[in-house]
Amino acid sequence: MKQPPTLELDDVHVRYGEHAAIAHASFRVESGEIMALVGPSGCGKSSLLAGINRLTDTIPGCTTRGTITLDGSPLGQWPDAASLRRTVGMVFQQPNPFPLSIHDNLRFPLAEHGVPRRERDERAEQALRSVGLWEEVHNRLGRSALTLSGGQQQRLCMARALVLEPEVLLLDEPCSALDPMASAAVEDLIDSLRGRYTILMVTHNLAQARRLADQVTVCWVDNDCGCVVETGGREQIFTRGRHPVTRAYCAGECG
Amino acid sequence: MVRRDRVATGFGAVLLLAVAMPVVSMVFSIWDQGHDELSLAFLLQDPRQAGQAGGIASLMISTGWILAICLAVAVPVGLGCALYLSEQVPPGSRRERGLGFVLDVLAATPSIVFGLFGYQFLAITLGFGFSLLSGGIALSFMVLPLMIRSAEQALRAVPRAHRQAATALGVTRTGWITRILVPSAAPGIAVGVILSVGRALAETAVLLFTAGYVLRRPDSVMDSGRALSVHIYDMAMNVPGGADRAAATAVVLITALILINVTIRGLIRPSRAGGHA
Amino acid sequence: MADRWLHRLLWLSAMLAALVLGGIVVLLIGRTAPFIAQQGMDLLARQWYPGDGEFGMAAMIAGSLAVAVLALVLAAPLAVALAAWLRYFAPGWLRRPALALFALMAGIPSVVYGLWGLLVLVPWINGWVPPGASWLAGSLVLALMILPLALLVTDAALAQVPPDWLHAGAALALSRVGMLRRVVLPHTAPAIASGVVLQFGRALGETMAVLMVCGNVVQWPGSVFEPVRTLTANIALEMSYAAGDHRIALFASGLLLMLVTMALLALSWRLGRRHHGTA
Repeated sequence: MKQPPTLELDDVHVRYGEHAAIAHASFRVESGEIMALVGPSGCGKSSLLAGINRLTDTIPGCTTRGTITLDGSPLGQWPDAASLRRTVGMVFQQPNPFPLSIHDNLRFPLAEHGVPRRERDERAEQALRSVGLWEEVHNRLGRSALTLSGGQQQRLCMARALVLEPEVLLLDEPCSALDPMASAAVEDLIDSLRGRYTILMVTHNLAQARRLADQVTVCWVDNDCGCVVETGGREQIFTRGRHPVTRAYCAGECG
Repeated sequence: MVRRDRVATGFGAVLLLAVAMPVVSMVFSIWDQGHDELSLAFLLQDPRQAGQAGGIASLMISTGWILAICLAVAVPVGLGCALYLSEQVPPGSRRERGLGFVLDVLAATPSIVFGLFGYQFLAITLGFGFSLLSGGIALSFMVLPLMIRSAEQALRAVPRAHRQAATALGVTRTGWITRILVPSAAPGIAVGVILSVGRALAETAVLLFTAGYVLRRPDSVMDSGRALSVHIYDMAMNVPGGADRAAATAVVLITALILINVTIRGLIRPSRAGGHA
Repeated sequence: MADRWLHRLLWLSAMLAALVLGGIVVLLIGRTAPFIAQQGMDLLARQWYPGDGEFGMAAMIAGSLAVAVLALVLAAPLAVALAAWLRYFAPGWLRRPALALFALMAGIPSVVYGLWGLLVLVPWINGWVPPGASWLAGSLVLALMILPLALLVTDAALAQVPPDWLHAGAALALSRVGMLRRVVLPHTAPAIASGVVLQFGRALGETMAVLMVCGNVVQWPGSVFEPVRTLTANIALEMSYAAGDHRIALFASGLLLMLVTMALLALSWRLGRRHHGTA
């Protein structure tokens, strides 16, 4: 199987008009690894994610600067946003399945991307299996996705992102809107995706970062603008943080 | 996929042009037909020869009177009803839904039905006959739902903090309404009044059998008088060669309406920006 | 003490609104009940010869329906398409001015639309198929009249679509056309339908514009190029000289209009409520 790409950010800025959400963001996510992006709210972590898959293009007045590369090739030279978003999938904080049936939530994006009808059901089933939903929903695929529980909806949204066979996954606080049990199920799912996808996950739950991440990047707010304070391996960040902010922020998680 | 969106963008532009064409045609044709007749004399003289000569001065006076009577009824009753809704009726209650139902039906009722009602009840039963009074009152029934809805919106927009402060200070209901609530909501209520004026100016069918057709200057509210909108109809349909004057009158009417529209936008924008007293 | 008076005054104002509606209904029913009872199904015949005591309104009912339905068929899809286009496809700077223009159009008096119809539309149609003053002319003018509000209602409904779905659609690189077709329009359909039904009611109740361009011949609608007469135009035309039973017949047609209006309003509510249920 093809190795997922490395994702590297170099001096990335995201601005909304005059206001900079985050500046000088640089870090690297190795192939197949899970990188947790942690920090208090307001330090621009979600904006950074939106900058990677160019969701920022849809916000008027929003600009990005800096270099983002996948396996060394800059995203700025990508032909169009559509193919970029096929390669880089995103899951949002609030589960947001379409008001369609469970099956159609997966088949609709496939149809839109030109996948022939025969293949759609296969790939939908595969995606549902990857997220562990197949057993739970295979006999009610025609029911509305909105009848699923919050945790199931979120896993469906992940399946929806996976069904397009991306190589990179951007997860924006995927568990924060879920109860602990559902959250655990989604965490297990994310864990199982390691190695097959390069994953960048925003979370403000340090314990979760400690459980799941291979690498951690710590963000902070400085002068009303987000910035990257430190980036490194999980254990190193949590036990031997070099930056005072890192040490203070991760204090609760250290042994 | 992107191609689909691009096709849709182009297609929509075509649709917009398709709709713009009749509108542009409307503006051009009416201006073209009528602008020769437009002059200061047109605005200052009374019509002669059943409208084929002269101007529209008496019509503007009649229209003004009808409007005044309409507002004289619709604004107090409308404001009173709006106050009732915002102050004395809990949201979601039976009374609110009932009144909402009544207002919705009134708003949807065809203009000609108001004309029939006005004719039978105001002109005949109450004995007002064909008159500015009949026309103005019938018209007020038509704009009532609009006036009430606008005023209610304005009243409900007054921040709760004011209400709480007034209650804490033991201000009477009357005092609260007259000294604080209504003055705070005044800009929004004014917008409602202006909207009602716009609606009233545009109405025709209701006036056909209430205010009537008479071209002369009215001597009193009991006299019949012709509104501008009715004049447009009469000149266009009943008077040979009257199209020019119909168009000229239309230009006057539309200009008035545009001014009203612009005024409303002017009033809404600033109140949205900084109107929270 | 003053509070009590104020309370009563306000209550009175509210009652006045209800009284007006009640008055209209009572008056219409009161004046026409015996007549309707006596005429019965004859009112639905095709022969309208009031001079001879024949009050069959069928041709005019058909005329009203024909003109309004064709107007709806023309205007509703156009309104929805344009509203969606303005929101999702048009360049950003176009949206506000376009919506303002439609709001302005909504305020133009019906006689002005009728005047344009007389000056431009009827002669144009006459060039294709005489006489020009026809069912088609009426529908075209009506379509132009109901388009602006139908569009504004659709725009309001589209504004209510949860932005989360649009974000998900963008993240999945789904086409806007696809999102509209599968997600946005199905979701907003009840709210849009509710607004469109109201506009249909308005089309049925319109008097002046159709009076000026439809030709006003009492006949069953045949070809779209033939003149028709609507119930509303009939009242406007004949009221000035109608007497006795003739006049009462006109009131009866007014009652019919009122009842149809209320039925459409009820339908519009039903549709609007269903939308809230699924939100």
